[in-house]
Amino acid sequence: MTPAIARRNFILLVVVLVALFLLQFVVPDYYVLTITRIMTLAVFAIGYNMLLGYIGLMSLGHAMFFAAGLYGAGLLTYHFGIAVPLAFLGGLITALLLALVIGFLSLRTQRVSFMIVTLMFSQVGFLMTLYFADATGGQDGLKLPHAARSFQLVGLTFDLTNEIVRFNLAFGLLLVALAISFFILVSRRGRIFAAIRENEGRTEMLGFNVFAAKLEAFLYSGAIAGAGGAAYGLLDGYVGSTFASIQYSIEVLLFTLLGGAGTLLGPLIGVALMTTMIDRLSEVTTAYLLVVGVVLIVIVLWFPKGILGTIRERWLPWLM
Amino acid sequence: MADVILRTEGLKRYFGGLHAVDGVDFSLGQGEIRAIIGPNGAGKTTFVSLLAGRTPVTDGRIIFRGEDITRLPAFRRVRRGIAYTFQITNIYPKLTVAENIRMAVLGHTQRGDKVDFERETLAALDAVELAHRADIRAGELAYGHQRLVEVAMGLALSPTLLILDEPTQGLSDSEIANFCKLVKRISATATILLIEHNMDVVMQLAHSITVLNRGRTLAEGTPAEIGANAEVQAAYLGTGQ
Repeated sequence: MTPAIARRNFILLVVVLVALFLLQFVVPDYYVLTITRIMTLAVFAIGYNMLLGYIGLMSLGHAMFFAAGLYGAGLLTYHFGIAVPLAFLGGLITALLLALVIGFLSLRTQRVSFMIVTLMFSQVGFLMTLYFADATGGQDGLKLPHAARSFQLVGLTFDLTNEIVRFNLAFGLLLVALAISFFILVSRRGRIFAAIRENEGRTEMLGFNVFAAKLEAFLYSGAIAGAGGAAYGLLDGYVGSTFASIQYSIEVLLFTLLGGAGTLLGPLIGVALMTTMIDRLSEVTTAYLLVVGVVLIVIVLWFPKGILGTIRERWLPWLM
Repeated sequence: MADVILRTEGLKRYFGGLHAVDGVDFSLGQGEIRAIIGPNGAGKTTFVSLLAGRTPVTDGRIIFRGEDITRLPAFRRVRRGIAYTFQITNIYPKLTVAENIRMAVLGHTQRGDKVDFERETLAALDAVELAHRADIRAGELAYGHQRLVEVAMGLALSPTLLILDEPTQGLSDSEIANFCKLVKRISATATILLIEHNMDVVMQLAHSITVLNRGRTLAEGTPAEIGANAEVQAAYLGTGQ
């Protein structure tokens, strides 16, 4: 990656972020809510992309990290009355520790086995949220208490019942997640990740510790997905076991593939398109998951590089 | 005899009932060019895979520069100076030729050496005469050139021991001649262990030859000695069975 290409991508990133930030002043309230949700889910997808896109590992169980962040943060506020910023941190750390354990175990497998192992671990996590229903609220979930709907930080009060506050918090988190992605992509680390994605055996025989690099990517991925989950629960004021279910593992894969795995902004675009589509569809039919499945098949068969991946291949080779 | 750089003691690798490598005692002198030959299925590739750490050892020991490396993972052996080029071309097809080499130079920096990136990359490209193709995607090169990219990557690691697994396979005669010159040049700075089927190449390059058959050392000696060895002829030609 030459500095000129990195600069061009940086400018694009800044333009997209500024545009996104300005949306809150122009769109109606309903869309502010939708965009907040899109940005939070995009953080989840950015975490997922770090594993699938950057280093080439397809997990089918990333809902477990999203849910680890969600429950880690949500249960801390619900049961212990922990303040929102600390609860967020708690959720992040929960996801990070989970990623450490799951990564250490699952990275001993490859390809299809890796997909099955991550899927299985994720199912264990999902069933645990149901089994320990006394603590988690099980299927019904938990509505976070009134005290967790606002917090104070650096002398400012943040009112989470206000949609503009929620929008800007989600925006801030998205900005951090994209900044981390950008710096990984332009760094020496990013080159090693990409080399592993392209040819693992060769990379090991050039003296790189492939397992350590994969575990590192797994930790970034799990932690960022967890941060997305923690933010989702805290901003929405609700945690529930649906978020740990396989549906979320598949959707995040779909977001990433649609937008373009391995691209910087692909996850955001994928989430925006997919959630808009699901929202519209669920207004007209209850079978919207069927459509999600069809979209997944179409992408994998005829559109494997996704939107930004295709644009990069055809027109903009400098696109990160 | 020069200092021994690499030694194996009773090295074994079993795949279930198949004794692919079955108790090989082997010793390689510093600066030597050694060829390993043997019929198909003799265990040559398995043997060098054990040395490079790509296949775990069943039993026995590997000592490299006085250090037991038997249980070291492959990437740590690379960092100690063992480079390995694959039998089947194994490069980054989507990256340009220069980017392929740069990854290898980056690998070299893992050893803690201070490296001038561009200079090292250019030097490796020049050595295989691919500098004019630096910006072409490696996957788009002709097969022979892809093999050279692979060798250049090995070079860019500045190894003390370079293991080449059938490097001339699929090369044309003129490419082979250039390749032999290249290996001689590399041998000024590195010890070379070469698996090779092309006997002309072996006779031209090797200081000494190890013959493997059915996972064991059948013979060892200078090219002249090996050429005259009746057992070797029997193994190759299938006489005496």
